[in-house]
Amino acid sequence: MGVSQVTTTEVPRAGSSAAPVRSAQPRPKRRRFSSRSRRDYLVFLALATPNLLLIALFTYRPLLNNIYYSTLNYTLGSQVATPVGLGNYKEFFTSDDTQGVLLVTAVFTVATVGGSMALGLLVALALNKRVKGVGFARAAVFSPFVLSGVGVGLVWLFIFDPVVGVLSYVLRLLGGSSPEWFNDPTLTLVMVIIVYVWKNVGYAAVIYLAGLQSINKDLLEAAAIDGANSRRTFFSIVLPLLSPTTFFLLVTTVLNSLQAFDLLRIMNPLGRGTNTLIYEAYLQAFGGANRAGYSATISTVLFGLLVLLTVFQLVFLERRVHYR
Amino acid sequence: MTAVAERPAVEPRRKGPMSRQNLVATITTGYLPIILATAVVVVPLLWMVLASFKSPGELLTQTPSVLPDSFAPSNYGEAADRVPFGRLFLNSAIVTVVGAGIKVVLAVLTAYALVFVRFPGKKIIFGLVLATLMVPPQVQVLPNYIFISELGGRDTYWGIILPGLATGFGTFLLRQQFLTLPGSILEAAEIDGASHWKRLTRIVVPISTPAIATVALVNIVFEWNEYLWPLVIVSDPNMMTLPVGLTLLFNSENGADAYGVLMAGTVMVILPVLVIFAAFQRYIVSGLTQGAVKD
Repeated sequence: MGVSQVTTTEVPRAGSSAAPVRSAQPRPKRRRFSSRSRRDYLVFLALATPNLLLIALFTYRPLLNNIYYSTLNYTLGSQVATPVGLGNYKEFFTSDDTQGVLLVTAVFTVATVGGSMALGLLVALALNKRVKGVGFARAAVFSPFVLSGVGVGLVWLFIFDPVVGVLSYVLRLLGGSSPEWFNDPTLTLVMVIIVYVWKNVGYAAVIYLAGLQSINKDLLEAAAIDGANSRRTFFSIVLPLLSPTTFFLLVTTVLNSLQAFDLLRIMNPLGRGTNTLIYEAYLQAFGGANRAGYSATISTVLFGLLVLLTVFQLVFLERRVHYR
Repeated sequence: MTAVAERPAVEPRRKGPMSRQNLVATITTGYLPIILATAVVVVPLLWMVLASFKSPGELLTQTPSVLPDSFAPSNYGEAADRVPFGRLFLNSAIVTVVGAGIKVVLAVLTAYALVFVRFPGKKIIFGLVLATLMVPPQVQVLPNYIFISELGGRDTYWGIILPGLATGFGTFLLRQQFLTLPGSILEAAEIDGASHWKRLTRIVVPISTPAIATVALVNIVFEWNEYLWPLVIVSDPNMMTLPVGLTLLFNSENGADAYGVLMAGTVMVILPVLVIFAAFQRYIVSGLTQGAVKD
C-alpha cells in the first residue's frame, strides 16, 4: 500500500514538472529524476546496508558454503579437506543409518504436528468462551511456547525419571511401574514427542482460537435453529470453515518440527532413537563423529526439503486463500 | 476460575431442549477443560519451582512430597558453586540486551528504507529478506562456526551475538506496520522539508511504538533462549549463556539427587521469560502468531 503511494506521488510529480515543456523527450525527465533520487538511493543504502550485509554474510553465504562443504571429506579444525565429489550424497542416500534417521524424522514430525494440532483445536474449543479466568488460561496455555527448550527439557526429564520422577510415583500408585524412558530408544522418542507437544500446543491453540473467533455467529445460530446438535455443527460448519487455519498451521508446525533441536539435545544428547535430520547433522559435525562434510550434506538435503515444502505451500495456498 | 459455583449453568434466555443441551455443553466444554488445560501447563512448572528447594534426601525418595521441608535456597547456592551462575546470568543478559537492541534498530532502519525511500528493485530486496525466514538456523551453524572461528570469535561476546543479528523477522513485521501508516502525514512532512531522518525519528517511530515493542520483546525472548549457536561457539564456562551453562551443569551432575540443583538452574532460565511474558503477554503472542514464527 505504502509502496504504491510512494510511486503514485513520485511519478506525477516528475511528469507534471517536465511534461508541459518537452513531453515527448525522456532525457530531461530522467536527469531531474536522478538528481532527486540519487539522494534517496544513498539514504536507502545507508539505512538498509548493515542488515542486508549481515543477511548476506550469515544467512545466504552459509547456504552456499554448505553446498561446497558437502563435497568434502573434512574434520572441524583440521587444515586439510579431501574433495569427494558427490560421495557424501551417495553415502547419505544408500546408507542404512539414513533410513533410521528418516524414519525418526517422519515419526517425530507426524506425531508432533498431529498431536499439537489436534490437541490445539481441543484446547481452543475449550478456551473459546467468555468466562472469568479464561484470559489467564489462554496466556498459561501459550506460555510454554516462549520458554527455553533447555529448561523445559530438564523439567520433564525430572518428571519422567523412572526412579525418582513424579510420573513413576503416580504409575506405582496405580499399580504399574515406570517404562524405561531413558534406556529404550523408542520410548525416548515417545517421551520427547510428548514434551514437544506440551511446549508447542499453545501456539496451535492460539491460532485456532483466532480462527474460531472469526467464524460468523449467524451461521452457528442458523444451524441451531435448523436443529443441528453441537457435534453436527462442529463437523459440518466449524471444521470446514477452519480449513484455511488448519492448512496454515499444518505448514508452520511441519516447518517448526523439522527444526526441533533444543529439546532433543538436552533430553537425549547422544540421539539414540531421536536423531532427526537436524540432529544427525549436528551430531556428525559436533557430536564426536567429526564429519563436517557429511553434516553439510545432511543440512543441504534438509534445506532442499524445506524449500520443496515452502514451494508446495505457496502453490497450494494460492487456492486455499480464497476459500470463502 | 474460583467462580465455578456462581456461574449459572443454564443461560436464562434459551428454553426447553436448548437448556438441557446447554447444560451438557457447560459440563463437557465449560470450566473443567479450561482448568485441565491450565493445570497441565502450570503443574509441571510449579513442580520445578518446588523441587528447586528440595534437599537430595527429599528428592531420592520413592514417595515424593509436594512441598519442600524448607524454602532455603541451598540448591541455588550449590548450583552457583558448580558453574559460575552469576556470570552466566550476566552473559545471558548482555547477549540478550545487546543482540535484541541492535536487531530492533536494524529492523526499524531496514523497514523504513523498504517502505519510504525510493530505490530500484526494492521488491526483490524485500523478497530476499523475507526468504531468510525460511532458512533454518541449524543449516547455518556449521559454516558460521567455521567463519567465526577463523575471525577469532570463539568464546567472545561478539562471536555469540554477530551471526544472529541479521533480522528478517523484525524487518518483515515492521514493514507490514509501516505500510499501514497514512502516507499523507509523511508527504506533508516531506513538503515541509523534513529529512528522512526526521521523518523516521519524529513520525514513523513514535506512532509505531507498539509494533516496535513487539519486535523487541520477541527478540528478547529468542535471544535469551537461544541455544544451538552459543552451544557450539562457546567452550569457556565463563563465556557461556544460561542455557549452555545448564547443559554443563547437567553433564557434571549425573546422580538422581542432583535434580534439586538442576531445577534451581532451570528456574533461573525460565522465570525471567515467564515474568516478561506475564507483563507483555499481548505483544508477545501477537508478534509470534502473525506471519513467521522464528528468527
